[in-house]
Amino acid sequence: MAFFRKSHEMHDRRFSRNLGLGIVLAAFVALVFGLTVAKVSQEEFAVPETEKGVGYDE
Amino acid sequence: MNDASINASPSQTGTAQPQDAGFADFFALLKPRVMSLVVFTALVGLLAAPMSVHPVVGFTAILFIAIGGGASGALNMWWDADIDRVMKRTHKRPIPSGRITEGEAFGFGMALSAISVVMLGLATNLVAAGLLAFTIFFYVVIYSMWLKRWTPQNIVIGGAAGAFPPMIGWAAVTGTVSIESVLMFLLIFVWTPPHFWALALFMKSDYDEAGVPMLTSTHGRRATRNHILAYTLLLVPVSFALLFTSIGGPAYLIAAVLLNALFLRGAWRIWRRDEVVAEGDKYATEKKVFKHSLYYLFGLFTAILIDAALRSAGVIASGGFGFWSF
Repeated sequence: MAFFRKSHEMHDRRFSRNLGLGIVLAAFVALVFGLTVAKVSQEEFAVPETEKGVGYDE
Repeated sequence: MNDASINASPSQTGTAQPQDAGFADFFALLKPRVMSLVVFTALVGLLAAPMSVHPVVGFTAILFIAIGGGASGALNMWWDADIDRVMKRTHKRPIPSGRITEGEAFGFGMALSAISVVMLGLATNLVAAGLLAFTIFFYVVIYSMWLKRWTPQNIVIGGAAGAFPPMIGWAAVTGTVSIESVLMFLLIFVWTPPHFWALALFMKSDYDEAGVPMLTSTHGRRATRNHILAYTLLLVPVSFALLFTSIGGPAYLIAAVLLNALFLRGAWRIWRRDEVVAEGDKYATEKKVFKHSLYYLFGLFTAILIDAALRSAGVIASGGFGFWSF
């Protein structure tokens, strides 16, 4: 019994497209994470009042 | 076998296997060569601005300005697929060659347009995002859908779409539109007609066959040569005006003097020639001026970048020549 199921011919044809899309999506996630870190690290960043719950420490 | 049969998609001929688009085909929809100019000019606008942004924010801004420009290119290819099938220069593009359907290109372009505008807005500010949204709208609706097939002045007004990136880059940092960004916009706006008409002079058959009203067909090639000279003359004061803003500096002064002299000489030579002479040397001068026009824009924007670097290193005073700073 083969460990991996043989892929459909369509998957072979679309391999470059699916791989490319996967890389783009992973890069997008990394970019949004990096952007978030950059934004909250800036001096002018302030926590919105609505997010300051009980016990919030300035 | 005629051109139409050569260009027919596999599904039309019924002889070849179905062809799925690869990643590269979707990338080609973004017009990567045009995107490179967008990236460069937007980067100059961003770096020449008097303030600075976090490198990750700057990178994100440039990336999504480029993606927004690419998205408008995909939407342009969706709308102009019928023209692209006829033109030799464009018949191998993903839609005319049958690798991507028109619907796929439309969906791809719309999705990327929305993502790029939203992401630019979140990363920078609403002014930059609004300018990017307007640029996409201008290129797709005003230029592609309306002007391109209607008037030989299509390239003059449509050129505005390609002129927005430095203004967006500037707005991404400053959140405003100022005299510097307006003049960078004008520089590309006035540069586009002579650049494109020089190309139209030696690529004449393509546009004629596609039925796109180019100045060369509607008003004749003599009129096109006159227009090239007129717009180049107009370009000179526009390019020198930038010198007297806060981003002007010695590198820009040198570049403006040299590159304007070269471009003017080329436009003058094009104006002096007629079709007999041009066909005699296979449009050598027109081809040379087209190439020089690329160096012109690249050179002036590089000079802005050099002056910005000199300014931030403290070699030259900030504010440039700054006569127009307000």
